[in-house]
Amino acid sequence: MAGGGGNDVQWCFSQVKGAIDDDVAEADIISTVEFNHSGELLATGDKGGRVVIFQQEPENKSQPQCRGEYNVYSTFQSHEPEFDYLKSLEIEEKINKIRWLPQKNAAQFLLSTNDKTIKLWKISERDKRPEGYNLKEEDGRYRDPTTVTTLRVPVFRPMDLMVEASPRRVFANAHTYHINSISVNSDYETYLSADDLRVNLWHLEITDRSFNIVDIKPANMEELTEVITAAEFHPNQCNTFVYSSSKGTIRLCDMRASALCDKHSKLFEEPEDPSNRSFFSEIISSISDVKFSHNGRYMMTRDYLSVKIWDLNMESRPVETYQVHEYLRSKLCSLYENDCIFDKFECCWNGNDSVVMTGSYNNFFRMFDRGQKKDVTLEASRESSKPRAVLKPRKVCGGGKRKKDEISVDSLDFNKKILHTAWHPQENIIAVATTNNLYIFQDKLN
Amino acid sequence: MINTMECAMDAQNLISISLRKIHNSRTQRGGIKLHKNLLVSYVLRNAKQLYMNEKYAEIYRMQQYEEVMTVCNEIQELNPLDLAEDIVEASGDCCSHGAGSPLIMEPASVCCALPASNHPAHTPHQQQQLQATAACSAAGLALQSEEVCKETNSAFFRSCCAEAYPVTDCDFSSLSAVHCNKTTVLDLDTHVVTTVESGYLHQDCCAVQCQGAQAPAKKRKFDFGCYAAESEDVPDFTPCKRARFEDFYCPHSEQLDTSNISNLISIFGSGFTGLVSRQADSELSLNGQFCSKQTLASLGAWTRAIVAF
Repeated sequence: MAGGGGNDVQWCFSQVKGAIDDDVAEADIISTVEFNHSGELLATGDKGGRVVIFQQEPENKSQPQCRGEYNVYSTFQSHEPEFDYLKSLEIEEKINKIRWLPQKNAAQFLLSTNDKTIKLWKISERDKRPEGYNLKEEDGRYRDPTTVTTLRVPVFRPMDLMVEASPRRVFANAHTYHINSISVNSDYETYLSADDLRVNLWHLEITDRSFNIVDIKPANMEELTEVITAAEFHPNQCNTFVYSSSKGTIRLCDMRASALCDKHSKLFEEPEDPSNRSFFSEIISSISDVKFSHNGRYMMTRDYLSVKIWDLNMESRPVETYQVHEYLRSKLCSLYENDCIFDKFECCWNGNDSVVMTGSYNNFFRMFDRGQKKDVTLEASRESSKPRAVLKPRKVCGGGKRKKDEISVDSLDFNKKILHTAWHPQENIIAVATTNNLYIFQDKLN
Repeated sequence: MINTMECAMDAQNLISISLRKIHNSRTQRGGIKLHKNLLVSYVLRNAKQLYMNEKYAEIYRMQQYEEVMTVCNEIQELNPLDLAEDIVEASGDCCSHGAGSPLIMEPASVCCALPASNHPAHTPHQQQQLQATAACSAAGLALQSEEVCKETNSAFFRSCCAEAYPVTDCDFSSLSAVHCNKTTVLDLDTHVVTTVESGYLHQDCCAVQCQGAQAPAKKRKFDFGCYAAESEDVPDFTPCKRARFEDFYCPHSEQLDTSNISNLISIFGSGFTGLVSRQADSELSLNGQFCSKQTLASLGAWTRAIVAF
């Protein structure tokens, strides 16, 4: 079933991964979530530099109503903390982004990145092992050749499934500033990586060279006015990519036009509403995520208070704007004090681009059905974590009289934030990351 | 217009909160986050603009008040009816000039404010209008730097505002602080370099010819040289050496960056306490008391320290 409407669908709890402990270890904080192209695998990265991959169990023939559960498939340490002695800077091991490569053979490949280094990981299964060596014992010790009297041909024997992750490429030393995005090109040969001021183009096979395709660093750093916040390749035009900025603009670039894409082909920007001007206008207009729709006709941007859908053919304004938590507009001062205003929320499309989803505070997440013009607020919490329990829509009361079942703005927990969400590419299965737990919800199958 | 709920008092808090954030970012794991600090600098700029505009508006108001009192004393012999007419004309001119224009000048806003409070000859409605205009213009002043790109009644595009956060264009290199408890600042009014030592203000003898030095209300650019230096150009800059200036050594020619870093460091090394103490003085002045010269001087140093940073 393809991804359907937001409100017609009833979302049910499926699984939750991670510690139940309220005391969250910093290393366990989830920093990225990504389904692979088939949706069979779900990868998460955390602040401790680890990647955990879950695999969906095949559908149970006897229970066709239930979709397979996601269970741990592989866990590995992708990045370690590093220290740049030359600049006396510690480089965090936190995984900023994971992007899957399309599957070409039995093995799976993904790119994971921290602030400075991108790595290509190969995840492969081993379910057979050779036995019957002539020169080695079964435990690996070498035999004395003089004791060999007969020869035999080693054979493969089945073994317990082992999933191995091995780093195949390390793409290092290309970024002075902090990497915020990676994106695999539709040519499946190249990918881009973006930091605050530059975007680099890599070939997946070549680690010692990358091409700088965007550089917005001013000659005089005192003149810096904006930074790059996200970048992504077009899903089917391999010459096209976009990058968003802290000023709320999105630039679309065509790599055929010139080697250095400092000059954009299109500039997407919506004029600011002067009546909303505040001390924090610059902060809340900074774009935290940009995602193309699957069909490549639209792109979605997330800023602090809203989600905007842009038609690639119209630069002057978005075609749709959805308010995620407008009730926070009057609280910006406090959110600035406690640093919440700097939170970078991500957003995602469903499989057929009809619904978009993004996170909020108090472990709330929001879905906007573009076709039906409906939206819903749901919560990822342990309380509503009974198997196949239907999630109840939530409502936040901005001000005035609070109705029953509504939550007032002042009682929202701003430490419980959902920054990372992912939608299965074909099914109505979503993965929602709270601070240190991963919730999996699916639509109710009748 | 900036939400008038966020008055000058909040601007002060925002300034100190922002400075604290920038200070803390220097010790955060993973190095300085360029994006976050850029955003904080915008808040700092916005708050500073509003605060300084409010301060200057107040100073002008007080000056005007003194002038008006002088004039009133001198014309006490005149016909009272003539006096009322003159003032209505004058206020009408000011306000019609000022109202609605985003590029309103400060004297006009003050002019608008005065008649409303001092002349009961106006109807309550007129008074309200004048007060509203004054409020609007005071807040509108805060947007002056944005108005470069903005046309009246047309949309505001952020991308065309190439103006970065204000900082002086002055070369501090020859005046970089030697001791970690000193802050070197440039007085943008008098072009006099002063050294703030452990919270006390000293006047230095030398003046610096600064290109583009103007009244504080005009634009300055925020110094991001320290970030560039941290990231790329100052390999020897180590966190553990921050407190010891004599060890600070930059092999590259970017003296400007290093001296700005040292200014930044010394501001937070000692000046933060100084800033906080000056904040208390400023709060007194905001309570409507006449500013003594002393309070003004310390306040000026504080705001100038911000600009230097």
